[in-house]
Amino acid sequence: MNTPPTDSEMYASKANMNAPTTDSKICGMGHSMKRKEDPRFIRGRGNYVDDIQLPGMLYMDIVRSPHAHAKIKSINTERALKIPGVLAVIDGPTLAKYNLHWMPTISSDTQMVLPIDEVMYQAQEVCAVIATERYIAADGADAVEVDYEALPPMMDPHKALAPGAPVLRKDKKDKKDNLAFHWEAGDRADTDRAMAAAEVVVSQNVYLPRIHVASMETCGCVADFNSAEGKLTMYMTTQAPHAVRTVFALVAGHVGLSEEKIRVVSPDIGGGFGGKVPVYPGYVIAVAASVVIGKPIKWIEDRMENLQADSFARDYHMKVELGAKKDGTMTALRIKTVADHGYANASANPSKFPAGLFSICTGSYDLKHAFCEVDAAYTHKPPGGVAYRCSFRVTEAAHAIERITDVLADKLKMDPAALRMKNFIKPEQFPYQSVLGWEYDSGNYPAALRKAMDTIGYESLRKEQQEKRARGELMGIGICSFTEVVGAGPSKNFDILGIKMFDSAEIRVHPTGKAMARFGTKSQGQGHETTYAQIVAQELGIPASDIQVEEGDTDTAPYGLGTYASRSTPTSGAAAALAARKIRAKAKKLAAHLLEVREEDLEWETGKFFVKGAPQKSKTIQELAFAAYTNMPQGLEPGLEATHYYDPPNLTFPFGSYICVVDIDRGTGAVKVRRFVAIDDCGNIINPMIVQGQIHGGLAQGVGPALYEEIGYDEDGNVYGGSFMDYYVPTSMECPSWETGHTVTPSPHHPFGAKGVGESATVGAPPAIANAVVDALKHLGVTHIDIPITPEKVWLLLKEKGAAE
Amino acid sequence: MAKHKISVTVNGAAREAEVESRLLLVHLIRENFRLTGTHVGCDTSHCGVCTVMLDGQPVKSCTVLAVQADGSKITTVEGLEQGGKLHPVQEGFTEKHALQCGFCTPGMMITCCALLERNKNPSELEIRQAISGNLCRCTGYNNIVKAVQHASEKMR
Repeated sequence: MNTPPTDSEMYASKANMNAPTTDSKICGMGHSMKRKEDPRFIRGRGNYVDDIQLPGMLYMDIVRSPHAHAKIKSINTERALKIPGVLAVIDGPTLAKYNLHWMPTISSDTQMVLPIDEVMYQAQEVCAVIATERYIAADGADAVEVDYEALPPMMDPHKALAPGAPVLRKDKKDKKDNLAFHWEAGDRADTDRAMAAAEVVVSQNVYLPRIHVASMETCGCVADFNSAEGKLTMYMTTQAPHAVRTVFALVAGHVGLSEEKIRVVSPDIGGGFGGKVPVYPGYVIAVAASVVIGKPIKWIEDRMENLQADSFARDYHMKVELGAKKDGTMTALRIKTVADHGYANASANPSKFPAGLFSICTGSYDLKHAFCEVDAAYTHKPPGGVAYRCSFRVTEAAHAIERITDVLADKLKMDPAALRMKNFIKPEQFPYQSVLGWEYDSGNYPAALRKAMDTIGYESLRKEQQEKRARGELMGIGICSFTEVVGAGPSKNFDILGIKMFDSAEIRVHPTGKAMARFGTKSQGQGHETTYAQIVAQELGIPASDIQVEEGDTDTAPYGLGTYASRSTPTSGAAAALAARKIRAKAKKLAAHLLEVREEDLEWETGKFFVKGAPQKSKTIQELAFAAYTNMPQGLEPGLEATHYYDPPNLTFPFGSYICVVDIDRGTGAVKVRRFVAIDDCGNIINPMIVQGQIHGGLAQGVGPALYEEIGYDEDGNVYGGSFMDYYVPTSMECPSWETGHTVTPSPHHPFGAKGVGESATVGAPPAIANAVVDALKHLGVTHIDIPITPEKVWLLLKEKGAAE
Repeated sequence: MAKHKISVTVNGAAREAEVESRLLLVHLIRENFRLTGTHVGCDTSHCGVCTVMLDGQPVKSCTVLAVQADGSKITTVEGLEQGGKLHPVQEGFTEKHALQCGFCTPGMMITCCALLERNKNPSELEIRQAISGNLCRCTGYNNIVKAVQHASEKMR
């Protein structure tokens, strides 16, 4: 922690908060406050990037490669430039003049902004057309003639890693293979020994395909370089505006973009889910175009560009092995992964964690021996990967352990719930040191699973399943008891491009007792304007409705690393509480002055200080705020504001148990999720309504990858799943009516006992659904199906087993 | 490219524009009329964030040409609130937490309004069917169903 707890009030009780302790006027933590951001959104008055219109603004459209791998023989812009309204075509050689044709990725790899002579994936940016109107820019892009010589693409990461494979990244001096990185965690020899000694070993290849966040708003920007001031204002769809500002300064410093002259504004964001963390070539081209042309440039992706070229998630080929005793006690876990990173490693991961937090793969179980390793391959696919609503590869880890647990249950003929109960880390073992190096902060796994089983009526569902199976009907019950690791993270281990992963809050209390609070994070729908106000309300007793929350403008907000990986509440939320407590400490000095007592004679009760033993002698926070500007004691600095940069001492470990029921149509292979019960534990809850909404949305984003979503490629490098025609995002018809509940196990190290929650359901739902489908087909000898479990996949399996109708 | 003079009524106000044949209705609304509540989310009329009411029918305005709307009445999200009073669907959306990022919300609400105009008391299944052409990536749809039920009760 960067500020030692000098005042005992700074670190208040983190007791279990099952009910609000403030009234509905204050609306502190625990109230289901209606969202402060809603009034503008329900009136169509949000302000998204494409809504921004600047005087003289021009439009940019991008020409993209139809080939996964090709030599560029020539780019002919003549026809395009003849179109009235087309002003310029920017290509690789144009950018090369400014040395802007390459850029670093967040993972310290490199990628082209625009190519000089070779394209490395389908839909790669080849050049950009600048025009006076959106449609004319598109006409211009159509009219650019690019002559390619198609080259053979490398589409299989296993082949890419095989000895003698052609080297893809010829731009890297001395690169002799296609290994982007190797990473491992745990003790290999120890795990090998434990695995060899295990009474039972199950092994399963598990593939999590390439998927895409497909936020409803695509990516885009308006780059506005003011040559008179030398200042760049960049309105862009980013989840991490401050980090982007620094990256721009580092990348374009040599052409005169200095960090104090860069303002990044992230306006309302139409969903992020990790896809708006990276800096894509389009942003950089728009900036370069604005600098060169001297006008604001708008670039908005269409959906196909979004799905085909933006960072993907997953693409993990895992071999998962689990050793156990005959009684079901898990003894050893070993996972070997080949990760397909595409043309460049553009993962949005902390620097020291190239495979993200995959080493959470021991999950909720007390495993004493574990080892995992990842070999990351370059292929001719778009670069990545991002997280798709999870904290850096936690979804991959959870899928591996939760799937293999069911494979073990099947092998031992044990009930999967009983097997989980047997192996859970026990409540009394927390804080728990995992064999792969994490210190789990708190948990009560049996309670969550028991609650899920009771809610769904587990035992009677098993009976129903038996009856249905006897009738030839296919019904499955699937369980997932996941543990996440979120809230990156402590500066000791966590940084992105060297910038430590703290986050911030700045609170200003105005003379009239109202407040402004600004943060280094950036909401993309999570409701920060509401929840942060509730945290400050809880701490200061100022009504949440009187607290204005702002994020996303680097000129005004304190520096922070942004919103992804469920880190906002664990970091900026904590910072909000601690900044508020600094304000309260100062307010106490003002109260002592006004009430003419010593500070130690004062006690705090929501919204006011009173004199111990004389509660009628008190000053409200509003009175104290006024005094801070009008009647401060001699020697006390005027004003009432505070900033806190919170460096978390540990990550938070939210968990949950999900159970779902699926029915399978033997005629079509279609899987219908009939019921889905989600019991989550994210510690103390700021706003139950918003937490439930996060779970609902995450569950739908679990159904999608489990059953429908995939960005695939044929061997020629052609994408399928590259538009909403074939990338199937679940609708209201594929989602059941979610049944949610929670248990509360506060985080012992977070200032108000909260954990991140935004991604829990996306992590927990896919294995629950996959386990349910396998459970439905278990009696046919099915032990595993890779997601997405499409009707086609199931029907072919049924046909193979002679069970299709 | 040939230009066409068109007249439409948008949220009760008469508007005129000179447009190219190819101009999409959504761009007429967003760029010519600067009503930016209606969004664009895909190129294939799958996502529904561009849904507006065209002569009483919900349409995906990315798949309608502006010239096709000549002489029509258009209602966008900006036209739902009347005389400072929220439409019951708008009220339902905020009461039931049926929106998060807000990007699908305008189109989704228009679809919900259209449903309630033809069916005052829809079942859950009817609501789910009605909104199945509008994608939402944030809410998981539960609360949108509840918002429509809330509005349905208010409108009775």
